[in-house]
Parts: sequence; C-alpha cells; structure tokens
Amino acid sequence: MRRYASLLAIPAVLLAMPLYSQQAAGTPPRADQPDNAALMEKIRDLEDRIVAMEGQIRQLKSQQAAPSAVAGPTPATTSEASAAAAGPQTQAGSMPPPASVAAASATTQEPALGGAGGSAAKALNPDISMIGDFIGSAGHNPVNSTSSFQMHESELGVQAIIDPYARGDFFLSFGEQGVNLEEGYITLTALPAGLVAKVGKFRGAFGKVNTQHNHVLPWIDRPLVSNNLVAGEDGIDDAGVSVERILPAPKGIFMELTGQVFRGDSGDQQHPLYRAYSNSDVSAIAHLRTYKDITESTNIDLGASYSRGYSTAGPNFLTHLYGIDAALRWKPLRRSIYHSFVGRGELIWSQRQQLPSEQRAFGFYASGDYQLARRWFVGGRYDRSGEADKANLIDKGFSAVLTYWPSEFSQIRGQYEFTRYGNLDVHQLFMQVQFSLGAHGAHPF
Amino acid sequence: MKRVSGFSRLLAVLALGLIAGALLSPTAAEAKKLNVVTSTTDLAALTEEVGGDKVNVESIAKGYQDPHFVEAKPSFLLKLRQADLLIAVGLQLEIGWLPPLITQSGNPRIQVGATGYLDASQFAEILEIPQGTVTRAEGDVHPLGNPHYWLDPDNGRRIARGIANKLADMDTADGAFFQQRFQDFEKRLLAAEQKWDAEMKPYRGRKVVTYHRSLPNFAKHFALDVIGYVEPRPGIPPTPSHTLELIQLMKRENCKIILVEPYFDLKTPQSIARETGAQVVVYLPSVGGVKEVTTYFQLFDYDIALLTKAFQSTQ
Ligand SMILES: [Zn+2]
Repeated sequence: MRRYASLLAIPAVLLAMPLYSQQAAGTPPRADQPDNAALMEKIRDLEDRIVAMEGQIRQLKSQQAAPSAVAGPTPATTSEASAAAAGPQTQAGSMPPPASVAAASATTQEPALGGAGGSAAKALNPDISMIGDFIGSAGHNPVNSTSSFQMHESELGVQAIIDPYARGDFFLSFGEQGVNLEEGYITLTALPAGLVAKVGKFRGAFGKVNTQHNHVLPWIDRPLVSNNLVAGEDGIDDAGVSVERILPAPKGIFMELTGQVFRGDSGDQQHPLYRAYSNSDVSAIAHLRTYKDITESTNIDLGASYSRGYSTAGPNFLTHLYGIDAALRWKPLRRSIYHSFVGRGELIWSQRQQLPSEQRAFGFYASGDYQLARRWFVGGRYDRSGEADKANLIDKGFSAVLTYWPSEFSQIRGQYEFTRYGNLDVHQLFMQVQFSLGAHGAHPF
Repeated sequence: MKRVSGFSRLLAVLALGLIAGALLSPTAAEAKKLNVVTSTTDLAALTEEVGGDKVNVESIAKGYQDPHFVEAKPSFLLKLRQADLLIAVGLQLEIGWLPPLITQSGNPRIQVGATGYLDASQFAEILEIPQGTVTRAEGDVHPLGNPHYWLDPDNGRRIARGIANKLADMDTADGAFFQQRFQDFEKRLLAAEQKWDAEMKPYRGRKVVTYHRSLPNFAKHFALDVIGYVEPRPGIPPTPSHTLELIQLMKRENCKIILVEPYFDLKTPQSIARETGAQVVVYLPSVGGVKEVTTYFQLFDYDIALLTKAFQSTQ
C-alpha cells in the first residue's frame, strides 16, 4: 500500500494545478487568446495523464498485489496482456448455473500456486461465495419425507481465473450431516478449434435440470422425473472429462455439441442410477443444444441428450437415458428487470436392463414462470413420471410457486405441491429462504 | 469385450462430431478486418469513431436495456467466438452476464488476461470508489467504483484514445490510420464539448435527483448537484419510506428535476414529481437508447437538449 501512496502523491500535486488554473482562467478561452487556449490544452493533457496513471495504479493494485511480478517474465502476450487485464476483478458464484459459471479476476502472470504470502496472497484470493438454503415443510409424505425445518444446503463456491487459459470452480455442499463436493473442475478456455473442456467432478450435461444447482431452480424441489429417472437431487454428477464445441449452423442459429465421459457412479441409495463395478464401466453423456432468437425479447432453446452407464441392477446391466428439453423465454429488453416469462419442459425416457425384464419408463415435467414485478415471480409445474425399475408405476404431481426477492441476494419462496404416488395422495406446503454472501454471481440463463 | 466395443463406438462418434465441427467452421484468420465486440453501445460508438471501416463493431447490450441485467444468451456466443477484441466497461458492471459468455465462447483471444480483452475503465476517470469495507447493506454497490463513467466527454476522449492504441497494437499495418482517426475524433469532440459546456453553463449548480447512480461523471463535468436517488440503495427498488424522505429533501432543496433511465418504471418518479412539482426527464444513458441517437455526439446532443429545456421550464 505504501508504494501506491507515494505514486498517488504525484497525481495529487498535478491535479491541484489544473484546478487552480481553471479557476484563474475564469472565462472560457477565445480564439484571440492563444496563450489561454494553449494553457487549456496543457491542462487537459495533464489531466488525461493523471487519469491514465490512476487507471494503471488501479490495475496494478487489483490484478497483482506484488508489483514485482508485473515486471517479471510472463507467458505469451506479456505487456499487451497486462495492459488489457484490468477489470471485473472479483466475480463468482452467488447464483451461477454450473454450465455457465462466471469468470473471475484477471491474472496475466504465471499462476502463483500457493506460494504467495501477505498482501499478495490476498489479491490472489479466489472469489468466495456462500449460499444458504433453508426449507420448512408441512404435510406428510411417506414416499419422500422431509423434515419440518432443515438447513437443506449451504453451498460454498470458490472460483477464480487460473491463468488466461483456464478457470477453476469449486462448489462444496454442506448438508446438516456432512459435506459433499458438488462440483470441482477446471475449465480449459483457450483450446484450439473453439473447443472448451472441463476436467474434474461436475454435473452432467443431461437436459437442463440436471445441470442446475438447487439455488437456481425455479422451484424448491426437483421434478418427479428427475427423482425417478435421473438420480434425484444429486443427479448425474460424477468425476470425468467434458468437451464441448459450438457447431457451424445456419446464420442466427446456435448449435453446440457436448460429449462427456464419467467414472460411472451417480445417484444415492434413494435415487440410484449408475454404478461402476470396474474401471471400464464408465458412463457417458452426449448433448446437442440448439438455440435461436426469435425476436430480441423472445428465444427458443432446444436440447437432445443421451446418456448411458451400468445400472445398480448388476455388472452386466446397462441403463440408457434419452432426453429432450425445451425452453421458451420472453423478456422485453426495455422492461427487462420487471417482466419475463419462461416456459420449460423436459421429456425423459429410461431404458433400464434388469431381471426379469428390461423396464422402459417415461416421464416429463412442464412448467411456466412469470415475473409479475421487479421482485415477484409466480409459477406452476406439472409432473408425471414412471419409476425406473417399475415402469408402469406412475407418479403425478402439480406445484404452484410464489417467489419474492428482497434484493438480488436473497429470495423467499413458497410452494404448494400435490403428488399422487400410484394411488396415494400427498399434499405438501414448502417455504424456502435462500441467501447469498460474498462474490456476485452470474445470473443463470 | 462386447461392452468395451460398444462404448468405444460411442466415443468415436462423439470425437468425430467434434472434429468435423472444428474443420467445418471458418477460422478467424480469413477475416481481414478486426472483429470487435463491446459490452455496451457506447463503447461500440467510440470504437467506430476510431476504427472506421477497418473494424467490424458489435455491441452485446442494447442502448435501451439495463446494462446490469443483460441475459447471457447463447446467440451472443456466436459473436464472441469470432471476436478478435472484446471491450468491456468493467468495474463489475457486467459481472452478472459477461463472465459466463467469455468462458463459453471457446475463443482464447478474448479471455480475461489475453490480448483481446480490453477493460475500458482503465482509461477513464472513475468516481465513487468506496473507501474502507463495503457491505451489501449498501445495496448492490459497485465495489471498484462507479462503472457509469462514459457520460463525460473527457472520459469519452480518454477511452477512445485507449481503444485507438489497442487497435493499433493489434493491427500495426493500420496503426497510423487509427491514430489519425483518433486525432480527428478528438478535434471534433473538443469542439462539441465547448458547445455543450456553453449550453449547460447557465445551469451550473442546479440540483437534480437521479434514479440510479448513473450520472456522477456527467454531473461532475457539467457541475450539476445530484442531491438524491430514487433507489434507496443501488439496485434496490424504491421503498415508500425512502420515497417520502426524498420528497421532503427535494422540497427543502427546491430540486425540480428527476432524471430517469429509459429502462426504469416511471410510476415512482412520477408520483414524486406530483408531490414536488418537479419534472421527470427520461434521459439516455447510452447510445441507441432511442433510434435517432447512433453516435457518441448525438448522445450528448440529445441529453443536453432535454436537460436545458427542463431546466428552463422549471425555474
Ligand atoms: Zn450501476
């Protein structure tokens, strides 16, 4: 800090000069006062140089607390890069969709992995955020029981740009009982041929809901079809490698193909899906996304997904999943903070090999969410799904949701839910309070 | 055995798809002009001034849209993946939407820290840099300083100079062209600035209220006195108690102008205006806020015409 103090003293003195001269000058310069005009020009130049210096100081301060490192050798585009790298220094996870997590602080240098101390370490700190998710529920659900009050999840996000070639994202999910690495991965952003790769543990790109963290969902719980066919709340979330690329397409159409390979373990005891019995039992996902702006305020998003892995039924039994997801969004740009609508749905087919015979289950949800005012949202969801291992047991449900945002960083939500499991009727009322601390996250799309 | 072969077939299909995609897509090398994408229209307008026909410029946000809340639509990725240079406002203005777009663009050139990423805030005079600790009790504050810095013609000149230097670095063959265009722009801007200063001179020291804290640099340049905001805290919508306080303050200070960005609801400003006899002025924070305003010059022409008219009729 001392360093900057002395640097700042120079502009302070320089700044005083033009202020004084401006007052002294009094009237604006006229053409017949060349001295005055020349003086004004000089002042302007001085001011510009001060502003430029201040800008450089801001950059030095924010991008690298240790100024010595700036002078040191750097990879690739040294001087250019350090000149260009001011900016959105902090950033990250308040409510980021995992598929599109935010970027972070600018580092033009070699990553200082762990070594830096003191103030340097502080400037290199990643962006940290914490999201609390409290749920209260009323009503008795014998199939999927929930406590009256629970601190459902506390999600710690740690995110940073690693270097100009990669960024890292960690999301640790603290339940009331234990901790779970929800996601932890590196994203390689500077690969050739427009490829973007992820390595680590992350939510699989099967449809939409599977990619989303709890706190970005438009509901308190997940749709029945996710619970029955796609491993419930955890979803397909596994260690592996992902590669995605934007494909050439007719003008105005966005197409992206994603391929992912995982170890092959997904789901929990309540919602089992894949299991790796040996190292070759990897699971995989392929996802094709197509998107188009219909107008500047309306757009359509379509996806097709396929996934397979070895099922919990045994080492020789495969499960195949097929999915179609669709979303229609409307948000008038001139009033974008007040009104919007999102209609979305997913259709999922499961083909589970088991004894005595393969089960082919189908499920879907369809939902709509309308933003009434800057802070108010109302929505509904219809659910219907077979069960993965008993395809002709059909569960159905309907939910109504009301959401209020006191600010961008907290959210209160109520949800009434009716579910019919086979012929058992369940009525439930949920209340959720979510709050986010720390770094500002990207808004989910 | 059978299991493995089935799986490798799947992998092969995926790999082929990705490679085919890679081969079919055009590469940036064939484009002679520099492709510049800016986050806002104002930066696009300044880039056009210095870049001329040697660059293609496109803005992500529209001029009539709240730049804090742009959606990270995939269609923007189509622009970003072809970009040689991305120019951002910085200071966390685009924090909610630009970072995921950069990550997903698959474009190494524009990653933060790479050559093709330019944060324009480094060139501008930045106001309202918070001192000490910042908490969100103060609302959605911009902890690095106020990012609405482009509405000061002096900053416009500085940003344009920074962009011209950047373009000259990236396209050395046209370096002299960009510098020449900058000098020409500077000359025209200085002349315009003198005119704007003269037009606004009678109203120096006039008190105004703004909706969001979008005008500190404009107010500083033209010596307006911003006494309050319709938002109780940045990013927090108006509350009845704050509105009441603001009405009292405006009456006490005899403030007759409420400046509102085109993307905010006019209900609260209008009710404040009724109570205080003030006038609501929907000014343009950005180029493209209305169809006729397509350049940086027209932006000031438009706003200053509005303001001087409003000042005349309110005192
Ligand atoms: Zn702002």
